[in-house]
Amino acid sequence: MSDTVKKTLFVDGKEVEFNDEKNLLEVIRKAGFEVPTLCYRPELRSFGACRMCVVEIEGRGIQSSCTMPPEPNLKVHVNSEAVRKVRKSVLELLLANHNRECTMCPRSHNCELQALANKYEIREVKFPSREKLLPIDDSNPALVRDPNKCILCGACVRACSEYQGLEILGFTHRGSKTLVSPALGKKLGEVDCVYCGQCAAVCPTAAITIKSDVQRVREMIADKESTVVCQIAPSVRVAAGEEFGLKPGDNVIGKLAAALRMVGFDKVYDTNFAADVTIMEEGTEFIDRLTNGGVLPLFTSCCPAWIRYIETQHPELLPHVSTTRSPEAIFGSAIKDIAVNRDGFARDKYKIVSFMPCTSKKTECKRPEFAVDGIPDVDCVLTTQELVALIKGSGIDLKNVEPEELDMPFGLYTGAATIFGVSGGVAEAALRTVSEIVTGKPIENIDIKETRGLNRCKELTLELNGQKVKVVIVNTLREAEKMLQKVIDGTADFQMLEVMACPGGCVGGGGQPISCNNPVKKNQRAEGLYNEDSSLQYRKSHENPAVKKFYEEWFEKPGSHKAHELLHTSYINRFETCYKNTK
Amino acid sequence: MQSNELTIKAKQIEAAENVKKQGTRVLVCAGTGCVANGSLEVIKRLREAGVDVQTIQSQKMTVVPTGCHGFCEQGALMIIPDLHITYVRVKKEDVDEIIESIKTGVPVERLLYTDPKTHEKIKKNDDIAFYAKQHRTSLSNCGHINPEDINDAIAIRAYEALENCIRNMTQDEVIKIVLDSGLRGRGGAGFPTGRKWMFTKMAQSEKKYVVCNGDEGDPGAFMDRSVMEGDPHRLLEGMAIAGYAVGADEAYIYVRAEYPMAIKRLRIAIKQAEEHNLLGKNILGTGFNFTVHIKEGAGAFVCGEETALLASIEGERGMPRSKPPFPANKGLFGQPTLINNVETLANVPLILLNGSEWFSSMGTEKSKGTKTFALTGEVNNTGLIEVPMGTTLREVIFDIGGGIRNGKKFKAAQIGGPSGGCLTEEHLDLPLDYESLSKAGAMVGSGGLVVMNEDTCIVEVARFFMNFTQNESCGKCVPCREGTKNMLRILTNITRGKATMEDLDTLKELAENVKTGALCGLGKTAPNPVLSTLKYFYDEYVAHIKDKKCPAGVCTALKKIVIEKDLCKGCTKCARNCPVGAISGTVKQPHEIDQTKCIKCGVCLKNCPFKAIKEV
Repeated sequence: MSDTVKKTLFVDGKEVEFNDEKNLLEVIRKAGFEVPTLCYRPELRSFGACRMCVVEIEGRGIQSSCTMPPEPNLKVHVNSEAVRKVRKSVLELLLANHNRECTMCPRSHNCELQALANKYEIREVKFPSREKLLPIDDSNPALVRDPNKCILCGACVRACSEYQGLEILGFTHRGSKTLVSPALGKKLGEVDCVYCGQCAAVCPTAAITIKSDVQRVREMIADKESTVVCQIAPSVRVAAGEEFGLKPGDNVIGKLAAALRMVGFDKVYDTNFAADVTIMEEGTEFIDRLTNGGVLPLFTSCCPAWIRYIETQHPELLPHVSTTRSPEAIFGSAIKDIAVNRDGFARDKYKIVSFMPCTSKKTECKRPEFAVDGIPDVDCVLTTQELVALIKGSGIDLKNVEPEELDMPFGLYTGAATIFGVSGGVAEAALRTVSEIVTGKPIENIDIKETRGLNRCKELTLELNGQKVKVVIVNTLREAEKMLQKVIDGTADFQMLEVMACPGGCVGGGGQPISCNNPVKKNQRAEGLYNEDSSLQYRKSHENPAVKKFYEEWFEKPGSHKAHELLHTSYINRFETCYKNTK
Repeated sequence: MQSNELTIKAKQIEAAENVKKQGTRVLVCAGTGCVANGSLEVIKRLREAGVDVQTIQSQKMTVVPTGCHGFCEQGALMIIPDLHITYVRVKKEDVDEIIESIKTGVPVERLLYTDPKTHEKIKKNDDIAFYAKQHRTSLSNCGHINPEDINDAIAIRAYEALENCIRNMTQDEVIKIVLDSGLRGRGGAGFPTGRKWMFTKMAQSEKKYVVCNGDEGDPGAFMDRSVMEGDPHRLLEGMAIAGYAVGADEAYIYVRAEYPMAIKRLRIAIKQAEEHNLLGKNILGTGFNFTVHIKEGAGAFVCGEETALLASIEGERGMPRSKPPFPANKGLFGQPTLINNVETLANVPLILLNGSEWFSSMGTEKSKGTKTFALTGEVNNTGLIEVPMGTTLREVIFDIGGGIRNGKKFKAAQIGGPSGGCLTEEHLDLPLDYESLSKAGAMVGSGGLVVMNEDTCIVEVARFFMNFTQNESCGKCVPCREGTKNMLRILTNITRGKATMEDLDTLKELAENVKTGALCGLGKTAPNPVLSTLKYFYDEYVAHIKDKKCPAGVCTALKKIVIEKDLCKGCTKCARNCPVGAISGTVKQPHEIDQTKCIKCGVCLKNCPFKAIKEV
């Protein structure tokens, strides 16, 4: 058969062409027809469990379209009465078993089950509800699991396995007693979870949600004796707008500055400032290791899920991890230090709140290393989703807010910093600076295209003063593990490894507005960041005037004693504790 | 003994000599049923008496433990082929007498089978009604050979068909014979076996697998177990032929761990076949490789579903996935895989040996060959049977099964296990084949056949099977997981008199939605018992709901025990015996039962000296 032959099938009588779509559902949707789904996630393996995507195929009966390979000449009916009956029955059965406290549910506004129940006009449930509610598991520092809302679609199970290779969650028990749970009935706080939040990001209901700290922030703001400042991570600015009717990738940093002042923050700063500092520290560290025979490859250290992964799964590789703290942590330690020791604030009255795309950051700020005198550097981390809740809950519609400038000097940043929010961005930012420092001249092409795109694994080789430097960039820990295996078996031929645990990097973070049915949003967010990068006056971290001043006035130089004290950290072998937990 | 011969003919001569040396063979069933009835004790006693080592009056005798003879009802069973004698219900105490009888040639009368109708003693196996109507082909060796000795099998032509295939036939020729025979899958769905082979052969891949589904999970079914325990070489040969035909060099037998005897005997058989170069590398010097592994299942019913079975072999949780893609294209470890059940594969060597016409001469137009059934329930002769496809239910129950126990009336037969349906009196003359059964709302299934008499509550039967599937559902797809739960709940409510007629409508609607919506065969067939009993015994459901009565008197919640005031003398015996203190009254005055406390145990009923207590 020739490849040029046009393959078509029929959807409700309409002839539809298909090529390499992975399943019939994709073909049908591409043709503009709507098919409901609950367990289908375009980025994950088809599971075929929820039976909502069933269609009627002439001669084949009812089939789940998400698992069916497209075949020429199929005659498909997407909304026949037989199909609707199955879907309605499924919805009714799921609703019966679902804790329907919808009015108070954190996913009330974007629950897929609720949306479909409405669409299919389910007005009564003939079957009785659960007899007894199962206990809610809030043992995890970032996530809450409510089995009473779980519809067992297995999206979280697949995400944990296919993105992170961790398989923390799995199915247990049989029949109607089936549950999604960590092995051996452990709680989510007792296992090697890296808190990436991808399970929550793919959950169609509120069975796994992000632990909300919004009220804590409101209380900080309400305390008149406290000064409350905030930092906004790069990828937050290109995603938060989605929840206010703006397009993914629309940069709303100015609107956020204005809105957060309205909410009551004393200063609105930017994590990007600290990202530039990170490049100075990590770049210096990399050059030092490269020239002085240090441990290579160097692993980036921005991603807290990745750090926890290394600490729990491969502590033997900890010397590879850059000691530079993450931008978020650097912001916390440096800015609080300046506020207390230069500007005279009382440490317990100067509060820093971080707005992050990340659920794992909620745990990073609780690490005892990131505190002085028992007072944490960052007082609270809110995810993009919580940021949206904070703004909406303050009666503000971001869409209609007039943009304002960020506060200076910690609101000044370069394009190198803003691309930290996407996989490849840290490497690109580092190379812009490292290359210039090593070779003494500016990098030829500031846009390092090989680092871009949302592929799971990218690589590039640069020549720096005759020395070849190979950089590998991965996102998802499953992909990272492959590289770690190379390091372990001695076949690693690269000098730097950038890892972001979430698919696509922070643009796909577990705390971002939910986009699992529309993965292209991640590309649009990434595009928003690259657009900002190319539009900025400064595009290399070492050119940031505020950063220069920061070193001159407070930290001397990258890698200085003080920098090591406040901008670097050490890691802990957590293999033992995990082993104990899982025993 | 190991044979270095490279042809089956030579091996056969050698094996026949080995068998001949055994002299008079005393076959004792060592199938699970007879073992439960003490057959191992019988074997032990025979050996203690020196049967194996001595010649008795120049006559050499050998004890041969065999697989299941089928007539489990009458175990332990013993056959002495040389003397054409079958003994039933043999106990170890009978051994000395049996040895004596072999010497004298006079049978032990009391150990012969008594025909329940004529009360005649029957000596020969084939004359027993249970066997007379049967046509044992796939089971032909079961009970007649020692499954742990490959010589027994080779002597009666085991592996002859395999040799012929790999030496003299092309893959397509083998497939054509299977196709022409009309053999269909014996595991339940009845898909034409030859076509399955063809699809797997056509799939392009370096690596292919053959998987034998031995995960027999229907309650009361033991057909596949009997083949694996009684004639493992038949199965292995069938698998090797299939492997040759589809181009696979590696195979798995998936057996549940609850079948330890089957696993043990398969392991022995694989080892012996490898020693004889009939499995493994370069079989009989032909260059054909075929390695067989055993995978023990952990006993999940759903693992009988082929995609769940594959997942289980791969080490994953036994959860089915949607088809297509079918295993023939994408199966075990992502490679094209042929999956057949035990009985299907056990038919293969015979078809290749005797020709497709031989096989297709048995059975009906679309259902060829024979089918084994595990006959259980309220029938006189329970056991393992094999009949040509198209034999009627009446022949199975009344001729082979010897009719309903204790002269009761036949009510229904559940065929095809929890996935099957109920057949009633009107179906007694229905030919048992794929099409007829499917039309009647039942299915051949793997061959479980449970016979029920008039004392059976049909709603309770439906509830029993629903409880089974609900517990065994893998929990993956919504219709099966949640649907069976709610069907079970409604059925339970009906048996407790707590359901309404609306519930009955909901039950029916739900059953149909689960049937169309579920992901795999388990879910799609789970509503069958409900739908078929609703169809044939609707009134019985209504009686439970409207009249709050169980016509068969089974559902305890619907029973009511009352004291007739006129007959009660006030002796207080009932009140004293009642375990829950539900009866009250003063001496010499009529007593009363508090219905809210009564647990319907019936103690008062049995003990009332004046027959004043009645069940209504």
